[in-house]
Amino acid sequence: MDDLIVLEGVEKVFDVRRRAGFLRRERHRVRAVDGIGFRVPRGEMVGYIGPNGAGKSTTIKMLTGILTPSAGRLRVAGIDPSRDRSRLARRIGVVFGQRTTLWWDLPLRDSYGLVRRMYRVPDARYRANLERCVELLDLGELLDVPVRQLSLGQRMRGDIAAALLHDPEVLYLDEPTIGLDVASKAKVREFLRDVNAERGMTVLLTTHDLTDIEQLCKRVMVIDHGRLVYDGGLDGLHAKGESERTLVVDLEREFPPITGVPGARVVRVEGPRQWLAFAATHSAAPVVAAVAERYPLVDLSVREPDIEQVIARMYAEG
Amino acid sequence: MAEVQAEVEAYARGLSHVRDGVRAYGLVVRMWVRSTMAYRVSFVMMTVGNFAATALDFVAIAFMFSHIDALGGFTLPEVAFLYGTTSVSFGLADLVLGNLDRVGRRVRDGTMDTLLTRPAPVLAQVAADQFALRRLGRVTQGGLLLGWSLARLDVAWTPVTVLLVPVMLVAGAVIFGALFVAGAAFQFRAVDAAEVQNAFTYGGTTLLQYPPSVFARDLVRGVTFVVPLAFVNWLPALRVLGRDDPLGLPGWVDFTSPLVALVCWVLAGLAWRVGLRGYRSTGS
Repeated sequence: MDDLIVLEGVEKVFDVRRRAGFLRRERHRVRAVDGIGFRVPRGEMVGYIGPNGAGKSTTIKMLTGILTPSAGRLRVAGIDPSRDRSRLARRIGVVFGQRTTLWWDLPLRDSYGLVRRMYRVPDARYRANLERCVELLDLGELLDVPVRQLSLGQRMRGDIAAALLHDPEVLYLDEPTIGLDVASKAKVREFLRDVNAERGMTVLLTTHDLTDIEQLCKRVMVIDHGRLVYDGGLDGLHAKGESERTLVVDLEREFPPITGVPGARVVRVEGPRQWLAFAATHSAAPVVAAVAERYPLVDLSVREPDIEQVIARMYAEG
Repeated sequence: MAEVQAEVEAYARGLSHVRDGVRAYGLVVRMWVRSTMAYRVSFVMMTVGNFAATALDFVAIAFMFSHIDALGGFTLPEVAFLYGTTSVSFGLADLVLGNLDRVGRRVRDGTMDTLLTRPAPVLAQVAADQFALRRLGRVTQGGLLLGWSLARLDVAWTPVTVLLVPVMLVAGAVIFGALFVAGAAFQFRAVDAAEVQNAFTYGGTTLLQYPPSVFARDLVRGVTFVVPLAFVNWLPALRVLGRDDPLGLPGWVDFTSPLVALVCWVLAGLAWRVGLRGYRSTGS
């Protein structure tokens, strides 16, 4: 297997100095990343999630060569990021959602020109890549507009294109949809799906918007307190988080809370409408059948578990 | 043999690192110049303002001389020589590296990280940050003043003293440049170190505009042996002007500016490496 990202027992310990008095300072150690190991094969798109301060950004910073790990082994495209930062830079693309790398007062095109020269992208390659990005990200009319006049969504699209012009093998996206409206989010996701499929680019994505993960990533890793608490598919995440689906039934008239449905329990009653929770790993059919058998059913709907709650529950356990 | 080869390779890597740095510096500078040109009127006004501010400095000295004949035993052309040389040296360093005082801010707001993800030396990228052509104002003004003083100076020029003038300008620029780099290195540790750095750079050039004889001897000693500002212009200039230095150092010291500049630059480079390494191991 061709693993593009490899981490083995990676740790990052910070010495934090805190002011304890006028001049006195207390030192204490913070283990931001506490022994993380995973592999990402070429062409995979992985979601990397966790609460603020869990160690997400620290991991990304180690993977891009910004930070040097305190312990463990780390390889990206076969390169040790902390030792060969510059060489690695040519092979990765980085988008920090809240920090643009575009030139504020210059037309979008000029920022791309700088990328071309700084990364020494061959002319033909550059033109082809730019054309593709312009087409997929709808940048055609924006190329000659100064970046300061772009909307947040347009700028983010511009930033993503800037990170791809030098044909990176690995793309890190840190909150790529933060602050975007629904339409822009959809466009960004569609584009990411396309480049991932088309170029077999490996993508590591951190986000707070779990729809990003649901729509883009087959695999998700959850980090909390510097440790990997989950690494697997989205379905497994539901099982692990003991998440529940909800069956909403409308009965003909008001009834006392429904009883006698195996594996389900009523969580809410509002007039003729009742909410029954059951494990997300179970099928809805037997629950529906059991209710329909004994109550006059008018209408029903099933609600999928909210992944945010699933993860919140995992954090609470961790 | 293998050791020699490793040495050669390390040297070649170092050279290509410098070349990459210069190239990246040029690329980023070009972007900033174009950015400035997006606001042409503001560029013109800033340039004029810059020039006027530095010109006023000298008018102040000229006024002083309209009431006295000499300052610390130095005539007006002699003071203009000191003023011109330090202004050109400092102006060059300020033009090329002056924006290194933004390192602290970049560390604080996290934009330093973006620079670390690019395939170019970080020092070159931050040095080119916010490059401003208007800073040419100081160099031009210093150059004009220097030209005026050279025409008026009453000294016996020899080949050695003639050569000493361009050498001291370049060495001085390198010394100031080293101070900028060293200051930037400290901003990784303390984000407000830029103020201390300004005391030595901007403060230093103000000091060097006046003859050393008007200052206390301890101060002169300090800027000779601790922060070697005296090598920017005082020591070589005293040789050009045919005067003794107040510390009574041996004569050959007047010619050591290039050496001092080299040492300063090497030390500053090391400090920068230590600073950057510290940043990469601790973050902000």
